[in-house]
Amino acid sequence: MVSECACVTKKISIFTALMPSTKHDIIRQLEKEILPLQGYKPPTPGGQFSLGMRPVEEAFPNGVFPTGAMHEFLAANQEEAAARSGFTAAVVGKLMQDCGVCVWIGRKMEVFPPALAQYGIGPERVIFITPSSEAQVIWAMEEALKCEGLAAVIGHVRDIDLTTSRRLQLAVEQSRVTGFILHEPSRQVALVAAVARWRIKPLPSALEDGLPGVGFPRWQVELLKVRNGRPGKWVVEWSARGFHVVSQPVLTETKEQKRKVV
Amino acid sequence: MGRRYVSIWFRHLMTDWCTIRRPELKHIPFVLVVPLRGRMVVTAACPLATSQGIVLGMPVTDARALVPLLEVINDRPGQGERLLKALAEWFIRYAPLVAMDAPDGLILDATGCPHLWNGESSYLQEMETRMEAAGYRISTAMADTIGAAWAFARYGKDIKIIAQGAHLHTLSSLPPVALRLETSVLERLQKLGLYKIESLLSMPRAALRRRFGQTLLDRLDQAMGRQEEFLEPVRPVLQWEERLPCLEPISTRTGIEIALHRLLEAVCVKLSRVGKGLRKAIFQTYRIDGRIENIEIGTNRPSHHTAHLFRLLEEKIGTLDPGPGIELFILQAPHVEDSLPEQERLWAGVCRLDDARLSELLDRLTVKLGPGCIHRYLPAEHFWPERSVQKAITLQESTTAEWLAGRIRPVHLLRTPERVEVSAPIPDYPPMLFRYKGKIHRVKKADGPERIEREWWLDSGQHRDYYTVEDEDGCRYWLFRSGHYGDDQGSRWFIHGFFA
Repeated sequence: MVSECACVTKKISIFTALMPSTKHDIIRQLEKEILPLQGYKPPTPGGQFSLGMRPVEEAFPNGVFPTGAMHEFLAANQEEAAARSGFTAAVVGKLMQDCGVCVWIGRKMEVFPPALAQYGIGPERVIFITPSSEAQVIWAMEEALKCEGLAAVIGHVRDIDLTTSRRLQLAVEQSRVTGFILHEPSRQVALVAAVARWRIKPLPSALEDGLPGVGFPRWQVELLKVRNGRPGKWVVEWSARGFHVVSQPVLTETKEQKRKVV
Repeated sequence: MGRRYVSIWFRHLMTDWCTIRRPELKHIPFVLVVPLRGRMVVTAACPLATSQGIVLGMPVTDARALVPLLEVINDRPGQGERLLKALAEWFIRYAPLVAMDAPDGLILDATGCPHLWNGESSYLQEMETRMEAAGYRISTAMADTIGAAWAFARYGKDIKIIAQGAHLHTLSSLPPVALRLETSVLERLQKLGLYKIESLLSMPRAALRRRFGQTLLDRLDQAMGRQEEFLEPVRPVLQWEERLPCLEPISTRTGIEIALHRLLEAVCVKLSRVGKGLRKAIFQTYRIDGRIENIEIGTNRPSHHTAHLFRLLEEKIGTLDPGPGIELFILQAPHVEDSLPEQERLWAGVCRLDDARLSELLDRLTVKLGPGCIHRYLPAEHFWPERSVQKAITLQESTTAEWLAGRIRPVHLLRTPERVEVSAPIPDYPPMLFRYKGKIHRVKKADGPERIEREWWLDSGQHRDYYTVEDEDGCRYWLFRSGHYGDDQGSRWFIHGFFA
């Protein structure tokens, strides 16, 4: 770290010496220098990956959803867990594209493969692994994350500590695989080394007035923590065309508004 | 290089075995007997009993008359054969091809083996010493043909090694009994005064055939090496097998790892030369106390990648118990397939199902987690949700069936549907509210019913009417009613899944 700091301060002096730029520019430049040190690779020109939901992606540094990193997802109950699986599947579907393979690890596998087809994943390209103990889940996850070329590794993890999650983070930095920790903490939520902590809650679907039935899945996507980004809340809908960020205030407010109207 | 065979003759196979099990028999004359046509007949006699005049086939009563203190042990049928088979497997450490030579011998195809024991005489000496220590008295002989080795093991007195090509004139001094002939033929030869093999050699073949039958000529030719004789090995030798005998017994993990690495390298080089890969490997260790232990692994696709296979087998080395030491390592590849050409370079980066990196990952997971932990699903042509997927066995496999496109399925499916209490209006309307795990959910939006018939040719029962419902919190569920509304048992509602 000391050498890094020294290096950064040296660069500052170089910048100030070379061009009389504003403070803002210097900070911008420094941020760019620090990001790669923290595991973010700058977006590769040409093959830029996009999820198709700009407002959410803007929350991340460089405005790009970080691939080749660990993401952590929380869920409080069965319904949220299902919403989380749906959202993760949709993101992984974008990562897998046409021929990629992903590995889904968990002790109890509740995911119903045919449903994955709705999220743009060929269910036959998902490999499910059901180890019998929690330690084996972590081990299998680490092994899978080390395997270069996989589109994504998704793991249902009960309790994970910072050290273990750092190992996973190191594995992905080498292999550039994107990892998803579907965290189901039995105790207090521990700190996990991940670029982002997400929480997905189901929201009532929206239908055009008068139409019967259930609409497209709609979620409240919440970024609780983002490394070097801005946390926030969005309402996202998933349909066959992809993600769609609904530009309306969050549900709780709409309810209140409705009450006021009534 | 010419072939070399070793014949091993257990002079007192059954009685030696009894003495090993009951050491007190060492100084007592004893016989083994079986019932034959209503009386007990001697099948084996210990050297002490033989020296007092007991011969095989003698009734027990006669033997008792000769030796009053005779110990009589019942012989179990098939015991001798089982013993011989176990001994044959033990002898695999000396040569890969070992055949049983009933009733009391073994034949080893020792071609290319003796140099590992510093030559032929020390090779035979080693066998005799080891067997002597175990309690079996054996005599051995080595020759170019099975027949000659057999003859010298039994009738060769002290001649043990017949040099290459020398069996022709050494054999001629032996009696005809050394030719493995039937008793009737032997008696006739005796009567005619043909006491040595050399007298047979000078006779015209036609005359021999006429008087003694084709068997005599066959046996003679086999012993002389003019006719090929085949062995029936106790354990067939596989094409893909490598052996590593050790001069000193090995009992450390490092030693085992080195042995494994050398064997794997040898097998993999051979496999890659012919463009094949192994799907299954068995690593066997022969301990000096006679125990054989093995570990085996399987791979998802044919592989001749030494480092990868080593990692798989390495996981299991811990289960091997070296005991007093291991003297022989064998690596077998019983299941070998054409290896698929390496294609990943074309799509560097993206890993496909047929990628070697993926199958190597799965191999590692299988070894550590055990079989049955890795699943891949393919569509099955059934609407019934529990049957709509089938497990794929291999990574390459695919079906003609397609995933149901138009039907919305829940992302989480309960393994078994759970009962819910429901209040639903008139028939075929979705429920208004339902209670699941003690919580009441008021249904705001609903889709359905989607009726899924039970496949009567597979099982019996009632159809299901599925509804997709969304409650006031926006949570989406998959409920179904079993059977028609208002049947005798009342309508029964279940929850089967959760939508995202």
